[in-house]
Amino acid sequence: MNHKRKIFQTLYSVFILTAFLSISELVSAQDGKALFNQKCASCHAIDKQLVGPALKGVEDRWDDKKMIYEWVRNSAAVIKKGYPRAVEVYGQFNKIQMTAFPELKDADIDAILGYIATGGAKAAAPGAAPVAEQSAGKESDSNMLYGILTLILAVITLILLQVNSNLRKMSDESQGVASAEPIPFYRNKAYIAIFAILLFLGAGYFLFQSAQGLGRSKNYQPEQPIFYSHKVHAGVNQISCLYCHGGAQESKHANIPSVNICMNCHMGINEYAKGPKLYREDGSEVDGTAEIQKLYKYAGWDPSTKKYTGDAKAIEWTRIHNLPDHVYFNHSQHVTAGKQQCQTCHGEIQKMDEVYQFADLSMGWCVNCHRTTKVQFTENKFYSIYEKFHEDLKNKKLDSVTVEKIGGTECQKCHY
Amino acid sequence: MKQKKYWQSFGELKNSDNYQENVQDEFGEDLPMAEHEGIMDAKAPRRDFLKYVGFSTAAATIAASCEMPIKKSIPYLNKPEGITPGVPNYYATTYIQDGDAIPVVAKVRDGRPIKMEGNDLSSITKGGTSARVQASVLGLYDTARLRFPMANGKEVSTFEAFDKMVADSLAGLGGKPVVLLTETITSVTTKNVVASFLSKFPGARHVQYDALSASGILNASAASFGKRAIPSYQFDKATTIVSLGADFLGTWLSPIEYARQYAVGRKINQKNPEMSKHISFESMLSLTGANADDRFVHLPSEELAVALNILAAVGGSVSAPKLAEERLNKGIKLAAASLKKSGSTSLVVSGSNNTDVQVVVNAINQQLGAYGTTIDWGTTLNTRQGDDAAMVQLVQDMNDGKIGAVLIHGVNPAYDYFDAKKFESGLKKVVSLSFNDRLDETTSICTYALADNHFLESWGDAEMKSGFLSFIQPTIAPLFKTRAFQTSLLKWSGDATSYGDYFKQYWLGHFGSQTAWDKALQDGVVEAPASASAGSYNGSALAAVSTVAPKALGTELVVYSKVALGSGKDANNPWLQEMPDPITKATWDNYAIISFAMAKELGIVVDDNYEVEVSKPVIKITAAGKEYSLPVLVIPGMHKNVIAVALGYGRSEGAGAAAAGVGQNAFPLVSFNGKTFAYSVSNVTFAKSTETYKIAYTQTHNQYEGRDEVVREYALEEFKKNPTILLDVRNELVEDFATETGSYRDDATLYPSHPYPGAKWGMSIDLNSCIGCGACTVACTSENNVAVVGKSEVLRAHEMHWLRIDRYFATYRDNSGEDNLDDLNVVFMPMLCQHCDNAPCENVCPVNATNHSSEGLNQMTYNRCIGTRYCANNCPYKVRRFNWADYMGADSFPDNQKGELDDAVMMMNDDLTRMVLNPDVTVRSRGVIEKCSFCVQRLQEGKLKAKKENRPLETGADGKWDIKTACQQSCPTNAIVFGNVNDKNSPVSKIRSEEQTNRVFYALEQIHVLPGVNYLAKIRNTDRHVGVAEEGHEEAAAEQHEEKKAEAAH
Repeated sequence: MNHKRKIFQTLYSVFILTAFLSISELVSAQDGKALFNQKCASCHAIDKQLVGPALKGVEDRWDDKKMIYEWVRNSAAVIKKGYPRAVEVYGQFNKIQMTAFPELKDADIDAILGYIATGGAKAAAPGAAPVAEQSAGKESDSNMLYGILTLILAVITLILLQVNSNLRKMSDESQGVASAEPIPFYRNKAYIAIFAILLFLGAGYFLFQSAQGLGRSKNYQPEQPIFYSHKVHAGVNQISCLYCHGGAQESKHANIPSVNICMNCHMGINEYAKGPKLYREDGSEVDGTAEIQKLYKYAGWDPSTKKYTGDAKAIEWTRIHNLPDHVYFNHSQHVTAGKQQCQTCHGEIQKMDEVYQFADLSMGWCVNCHRTTKVQFTENKFYSIYEKFHEDLKNKKLDSVTVEKIGGTECQKCHY
Repeated sequence: MKQKKYWQSFGELKNSDNYQENVQDEFGEDLPMAEHEGIMDAKAPRRDFLKYVGFSTAAATIAASCEMPIKKSIPYLNKPEGITPGVPNYYATTYIQDGDAIPVVAKVRDGRPIKMEGNDLSSITKGGTSARVQASVLGLYDTARLRFPMANGKEVSTFEAFDKMVADSLAGLGGKPVVLLTETITSVTTKNVVASFLSKFPGARHVQYDALSASGILNASAASFGKRAIPSYQFDKATTIVSLGADFLGTWLSPIEYARQYAVGRKINQKNPEMSKHISFESMLSLTGANADDRFVHLPSEELAVALNILAAVGGSVSAPKLAEERLNKGIKLAAASLKKSGSTSLVVSGSNNTDVQVVVNAINQQLGAYGTTIDWGTTLNTRQGDDAAMVQLVQDMNDGKIGAVLIHGVNPAYDYFDAKKFESGLKKVVSLSFNDRLDETTSICTYALADNHFLESWGDAEMKSGFLSFIQPTIAPLFKTRAFQTSLLKWSGDATSYGDYFKQYWLGHFGSQTAWDKALQDGVVEAPASASAGSYNGSALAAVSTVAPKALGTELVVYSKVALGSGKDANNPWLQEMPDPITKATWDNYAIISFAMAKELGIVVDDNYEVEVSKPVIKITAAGKEYSLPVLVIPGMHKNVIAVALGYGRSEGAGAAAAGVGQNAFPLVSFNGKTFAYSVSNVTFAKSTETYKIAYTQTHNQYEGRDEVVREYALEEFKKNPTILLDVRNELVEDFATETGSYRDDATLYPSHPYPGAKWGMSIDLNSCIGCGACTVACTSENNVAVVGKSEVLRAHEMHWLRIDRYFATYRDNSGEDNLDDLNVVFMPMLCQHCDNAPCENVCPVNATNHSSEGLNQMTYNRCIGTRYCANNCPYKVRRFNWADYMGADSFPDNQKGELDDAVMMMNDDLTRMVLNPDVTVRSRGVIEKCSFCVQRLQEGKLKAKKENRPLETGADGKWDIKTACQQSCPTNAIVFGNVNDKNSPVSKIRSEEQTNRVFYALEQIHVLPGVNYLAKIRNTDRHVGVAEEGHEEAAAEQHEEKKAEAAH
């Protein structure tokens, strides 16, 4: 018996160990991807040259891994030291200095390198969370089903009623009871009453629906001054959303990037050649290179001399997502504190050429999400003050803490 | 039988029918729509009704089918580092006005300064502010600001052209000197600029002029200490403070600093309850007098005699004239005894501008040994340097044709000089130039006008106390074509550097390194105080002081400055105009304040109707050969032969829409006594006229309908003897309602209590520290976009302040059964939404627009509110405000409101003025209720900050604050503490559970609404009896009332 138990224990620990190892591997790979997207993706791709070189095989090109660490943390120092590969890369890429990441530790850089080594090809678009579209679709399907069923039943009822009255008439006739002249159904008061009630209910329903929809603009997709494709940037080139919309991390506004951020990359990228063909709503093809030229015009950039002329103009984008003034919405609350993906509210933005409004941004939509979304309850130390909930979690009285649970559906969380 | 009751108005004191009727109906008028001829009055209302319905439905359909407006999002071309749209930046800078310099931090949101906060790093203010500092941000967006340089009343298109005109004028003076006439300048670099400017013009001189002068103190210092300066007063080190008419908590010299220090000595440590003793002698009821433990009144002409008597009583070798009034003599004895007991920890200050009085005060302080302990000569106060005699001389010289040009900065003598006519005639004889920010009384008659930048647009520095520097940095680019006046001076003295560069160069050189300079600018303050010093006293000046007894000079009149308006430079600031005066609670006016006795003499009936009726009798006053017709307000605590009139009103059109025509200018009543300006007039005659005038005051709005006592007050000795005196009240409630469990909170209600799983917000307000200055009221207005409603609306009780300060008088009833209105205490109580846990407003809302949050907030949702006002009716504290009109222009065209609302309200709706709005707070529209939200936008911001930094929220434990409400931040005395009650280490929960258990009370605890705001009982360091009567005053009054009613019924 004892013997068996020992074997079991060994097996068990081995199992735990392997599980742990595989999980930790997963974690590091996961980290590598996340870090890559966060820190590198705005200037580098794995197998294609952006502002910086393609990173595939970077470890082979650098003979000393330590120098990679140093380079990432502070490239200027490495160049200054005169490390040949560093100087070479620096020269190759127009002497544009790479951003220093002093916060990255060796392990982090290893994780990134690991992710690069695995090819990253498998990587999907950045964190596209599956959206509730499917379930919504299902719901509308069943609604349709119910509707059809109701309609069929209504028709059957009507027919049966008609049959019933005919039968009565026949039986009356056969028994010789005098009956009144039949009234055509359109003059039958009962029918008229039913019809009026139905009309009233139906009209009321539509009136209510459309009144509620006033001021909402789901699927709004205006034409923008520049055909800027999120698909090309966030999808194909996998630039992190936060590289351009950095405000989402720290501000209530996600902020449309200033022109200088566009120019960070587009100083080097002056044509659209390799990407997928782009089409407008009306089917006409978009000349990507011409659109980049438009950007240069706004920025006052002379691509031939590679200099700013100083004659710049702000880009007047058409705002798509509008909330009423009495709503307070904070991006950083959702992105930084709540760790939500952009796609949760904005849809699969990495697949959109021109952006459209994905959600109706109604209060019901907000509240529904707050009811089901779990907060970072154990991860974020802010929530340590909710002692009772922590205890309940421990005692399994609660399985998770949703936004609603901590007051996320109260009026004055958004209206003040 | 001496009894006492806390009352806000004479009506409440007498508690009669008219008064009751008035307070019972909080919304005593119908909705405005009924005022017009309504559809119900039409001949065929049903048809009209259908027409209206049809039309509005059709209109709504058409409006709704219109396309949504297209909004543009325009990003930066090149985003400046450190600016993220939506994230506020804070810049340390300095509030400058009338010589005052207060270190502040300006909150800049998306490029616009929107809020002033105190600078915690300053040891002078420790983050405290005043109402005027809070309101100064609105001054930046003042529509009356001068927008371009002007010459002879016409616009000059460029600075170059303007410079040339001025240079030509200055070159053609024919040898006559140039005079620079400014307010007190505390800036080191500006003084250097001035010096180099003066050196370029032979015979040029610099005259500093303070409209509210401190020449008396300066001259006395020169006589007693050989140094024309003001020493540092240290109220925190004083155990006895005697104020001879110095309103040091409101308007005297450096009120924020003094209020902070004063509060240090007034805070009560429960274990060892001790506090300073504060005695005031004054002619009228000032904010400081209202806070005094004991207070005595005298005539303005007796101020020297009072000072001499105190000096004699504390052992000074001086023969003091006899004073007639017995009560005053008793007071002097009391003060002297306390001063002698305190010895060197005494402090005597005088607000008089008479040199002799100040010389005597210096002698008293010297006699007591206060120099070196409570008065420090090592550090001097620089905010008042004006010399009255020099100003008078200048005006004489101008009239004599001895002056070539006068350049004016920051002063407005055509308005606030006592002999403005003479100044004006003198100004016509010289080349005149004004740097003032608007076409005020002086600027409008100047040859040239080139407005200086607002301080929020400027570089600069201020040394308000020697060794204490505070820097000014711009928070926004100049809105208009204005230029720093130092730049102009530099330019006209032949130096092309801009003042900004000059300033940076100077301080970079001073600090030695860019890092040190950057830090100084970032902190805003650099402090290098000198060690305390007693100065070298010379008593010889005392011999020259007259010791003749004052003659009877009939009725006397004092002019005083208000906490809100000061000298009147801020008169165009609607926030300040609408802030109720701490004492009179009046807005938008000045008036003659008189005593109860004088009212009787005039035949003005001060009965229960007195405050209900807004039309006040007007009296004709003849003083110093000038005639005034002023409405009167009867206020207890005035000397019976004194009339008081506030300065700062009666501005001209050029001052702006909110200032023009409000009140009357009292500066002509000031006089010059050969050495200094005197702010009182004797031998005044007055008579009642038949006219009346409406005064908008908030005293009778928002009453508690006879529920009492809302405030709790005890004498120090009584509190020491019986520390649990307050708890007895609560024990009574437990006996009455919760005999079984002993928990009044849980047992006295049918409703279940709310769970507060995370934070539970709470506030504690210390009535002992609250001085009633009103900084919180304006801070709240600024933070929460509280609407300005104008005088006509305040008259109808439509004011919108979320936080008001209730002023209670408490008087004794003497043996004859009459209330002795001279012997009074005043208690201030900030009243705001109490965020009740058992809130009466929540239960009655038909649409659930007000409900309770899981953090203890009583939430108000404007979009749900349909304006039934049930909640306001049911609120025992009367803190809910109804938007009777679209004051903020939130949902209508401004033109619709013209004529309906006052000009000042329209001014607040200007595109320029609206830039001051806080974008995080909804601008409320007509027809909804609003109220204090505990600054929920700040709570959310603070919580988010903690979440982002992955740490628990800091609500004051160990001095770390993620969240301070606007009122708490602005308070100069730290009377308001806000925080998370569930956090055992937060100051607010410590106050409630450990530190102040014996003083904590809740307003109207007996009605079991369980407020989220607690108060700390007021303790007064006096031998008199304070607090409510022990035996049935109220019952008696109530009975009386019932009887009266019964009689009426018969």
